[in-house]
Amino acid sequence: MAGYFTNILSGTKSLLVGLSITQREFFKKPVTLQYPWESLEMTPRYRGHIQLVKDGETGTHKCISCGLCDKGCPSGCITVKGEKQEGVKVKVLVRYDLDFTKCSLCGQCIDNCKPGAIEFSKEYNLASTRKEDFYYDLLKRLKEQK
Amino acid sequence: MSSQTASQNKEHFEINLGPQHPATHGVLRVKLLMDGEYVVDAEPVLGYIHRMHELMGENRTWAKYLPNMGRLDYLSALSYNLGYVELVEKMAAIEVPERAEYIRVITTEMNRISSHLLWFGAFVLDLGGFTPLLYAFDDREHILDLLESVTGSRLTYCYFRFGGCSNDVEDEFLTGCLTFIKRLRSRMPMYHNLVTKNVILMQRLEGVGPVSAEMCRKYGATGPVLRGSGINYDVRKNEPYSVYPEFDFDVPVYNECDSMARYMVRMDEMDQCMRIIEQAIAKIPEGPVMAAKVPKMIKPAAGDYYHAVEAARGTFAIRAVSEGKNQAYRMKLRSPTFSNLSLFQEASKGMLLADALAFMGSIDLVIPEIDR
Repeated sequence: MAGYFTNILSGTKSLLVGLSITQREFFKKPVTLQYPWESLEMTPRYRGHIQLVKDGETGTHKCISCGLCDKGCPSGCITVKGEKQEGVKVKVLVRYDLDFTKCSLCGQCIDNCKPGAIEFSKEYNLASTRKEDFYYDLLKRLKEQK
Repeated sequence: MSSQTASQNKEHFEINLGPQHPATHGVLRVKLLMDGEYVVDAEPVLGYIHRMHELMGENRTWAKYLPNMGRLDYLSALSYNLGYVELVEKMAAIEVPERAEYIRVITTEMNRISSHLLWFGAFVLDLGGFTPLLYAFDDREHILDLLESVTGSRLTYCYFRFGGCSNDVEDEFLTGCLTFIKRLRSRMPMYHNLVTKNVILMQRLEGVGPVSAEMCRKYGATGPVLRGSGINYDVRKNEPYSVYPEFDFDVPVYNECDSMARYMVRMDEMDQCMRIIEQAIAKIPEGPVMAAKVPKMIKPAAGDYYHAVEAARGTFAIRAVSEGKNQAYRMKLRSPTFSNLSLFQEASKGMLLADALAFMGSIDLVIPEIDR
């Protein structure tokens, strides 16, 4: 019988201790971010979808259309098209397509890229109901960045 | 008991737990044969999110299989990353620089804490307590921010590479880890006061869901389930890999074999993770984070290879058979939760339905890893 009452007492005490903890928390400032009104700045290493790096000197991309990003991609979401042009030693990039619906952001394309022509973007507010919105023409995107 | 003979009893009825049920934490379906409030038989039905990860390992190159590792157990993805890269390094005899090994240990242990924190919140949520989940997520958020600043992603990491890590860590990350450890240490007594010593939780867990050591052996259960049954087995101690032998840490073991024991193992494990991280940060050497010579196309010598690591839920092991080509002939993933779930059918017999759910929570299931 004595155990019965000590159980009730210790049980009530444990509940009161818990309540005091939650009550203290009640008066603290919120730890969450009020999202639509505030938003986070992404860290420099944040992995968004890839994009072409803009070369500060030439004002254009550094891609030599070697296709190593395409070959190294586990999901096959990159298509690079380059063509020979007169007077230029390397192939000239004419199209760089990314199918972001398949991408798993592993970063192997960036590891493979010798000239450092691609990087992760910092975009994270991506939402759409249409699949086509995630097929990116990165060359066009680079030109629009100006 | 097969469900056919059991269902001949007219008092029995069948209900489906899942595939869409919050307590199963994913698309797991358990066919329950009930006698009133009591479980007569529980048959897990798997395969709802089977994605053929093993087959994918057999038809793509070694490097292209890397991102798959983050999609098995998405809550402790780095342990799986580690298991796979260490296996391939063993196969191709790639030497990993020491700094990279230390970074791997620090990030993996941080990931283990975040996984246990999420389990803690979700488990108490299963039992009907909502508040601790929010507190645990508050702490977990700090880990995710720290890991994001290094790996670039928050959940499905793909950070380790054959021969090292994809990038170095800054001092801010290391000091951030220490600040976080200080914070979590100060919060642990709060968690124990709020949850562990709570009378309702104690009565829901103590003596519920007995899993004997013999049953663990029978089903191959590992991790906190095994350690909660009184067996001191941790791959980090028993088959050491990476730089774990250099750290001084204990393996928490409880002999009670009930849900409370498994709960306590995980809570104590977080303390041990913090000890490992502190020691690793104190000892981390300078140097490169990638091996100097990593072959572009990895073609390991023909043979049968096996490597096991301690993930947050138990022993994760990979067996790969190589034919000397750039992709595996056979890739077998041994996932801890699959074995841990297997004992549910036997252990849950005769339990009350509410206890069976508490027991399921204490096994800590991650369904994508069971189905692979």
